[in-house]
Amino acid sequence: MTPFKMHRAKNLGEAAGLFKAAEEGRFLAGGQTLIPVLKQRLASPSDLVALSGVAGLAGIKVEPSRITVGAMTRHADVAASADVRRLIPALAELAGGIGDPHVRNRGTMGGSVANNDPAADYPAAVLGLGATVVTDRRRISADDYFQGLFTTALADGEIVTGLEFPVPERAGYVKMPHPASRYCLVAVMVAKGQTGVRVAVTGAGQAGVFRVPSMEAALAKSFSADAIVGLKVPSDNMMTDIHAGADYRAHLIGVLARRAVAKALA
Amino acid sequence: MPVITVSVNRATQTVDVPDNMLLSSLLRDVLRLTGTHIGCDTSQCGACTVHVDGRSVKSCTMLAVETDGLAVMTIEGLAEGDKLHPMQAAFRDHHGLQCGFCTPGMIMAAVALAEHNPAPTEAEVREGLEGNLCRCTGYQNIVEAIMSGARTMHGARS
Repeated sequence: MTPFKMHRAKNLGEAAGLFKAAEEGRFLAGGQTLIPVLKQRLASPSDLVALSGVAGLAGIKVEPSRITVGAMTRHADVAASADVRRLIPALAELAGGIGDPHVRNRGTMGGSVANNDPAADYPAAVLGLGATVVTDRRRISADDYFQGLFTTALADGEIVTGLEFPVPERAGYVKMPHPASRYCLVAVMVAKGQTGVRVAVTGAGQAGVFRVPSMEAALAKSFSADAIVGLKVPSDNMMTDIHAGADYRAHLIGVLARRAVAKALA
Repeated sequence: MPVITVSVNRATQTVDVPDNMLLSSLLRDVLRLTGTHIGCDTSQCGACTVHVDGRSVKSCTMLAVETDGLAVMTIEGLAEGDKLHPMQAAFRDHHGLQCGFCTPGMIMAAVALAEHNPAPTEAEVREGLEGNLCRCTGYQNIVEAIMSGARTMHGARS
């Protein structure tokens, strides 16, 4: 790893200040992406500002119609939360399928959402459940937040503090994991509730997570797996790599979306 | 360099660590606890798995500075003197290793799994090993060892 200066902030103000003072700063959440990136020298920041010591960033808050997950909440804690399992079981299941147990013990929801990897799980939850991204400066709706490959609406030095999920009537998440990395080859979150019917796809799009309006419209009329049979997603903007071609990914979206609807109805 | 205070295998250590030092390097190069192996060094293989505050983590994917004030347990901390931890004994009894390189990480993963799940099914053990790679055994005896070790861990306590 290239050398960097390590800082451990105690509060958000201090974290923002340390970032601003750095020549090239990066925030460190759980580190399950950033540390491998640093080891591969794909990034060489001058300063890391760790958020693990910032009070109040981890934890799950439950209100009657929404769940707020603190940005530093670990995947394992989302997966194990009795409240999340009761109110949004699809979210708990998604969290429990990220990476492996050791990664889930370190990785955080805020870190994943800030990174916006096109094959990560959480972007599908945030967009599919119509969540709000809360930062140290403002609130950003999921529809405005994701802006392409590893790109988000976050400004330089802006810190994700939490994610607010409206509790859906029903939701289902189905993932085709890459067999080695457990990243999403394709995964689909389908939800029906306060924010209407939403279908979000991760792992497939060249520009990262996206919604499927044709499926949403069909499911709004009739929320059943049969309602979306035959609806095709064009393969034009799908990723192609050694693991799967664009056509295959586009095909999987239809298959997994139907399974996700069935799961939501189960 | 930051000075951190960390409990390692129940002994408090105060160490001066470079900002960019990994926990795996602190354990192996500074504290000479070489039971924690570095296999891939790319967060895949799990040979470097240790416990931090009771939870399994890949020590090659955590900065040493971040363990300040926390408790780290490595493979060296499991046995009590000459008495192997029940999970270590189970790996020996069931021949849950061949070359042994992945074994420290396997056992640390297994102990964490069994602590949260006293009677894991075969499927749960295999799912729990998602982050640990073995290139010798084909996993069969590892899975048997973990199911047996979990039973002994919890039988011994009750």
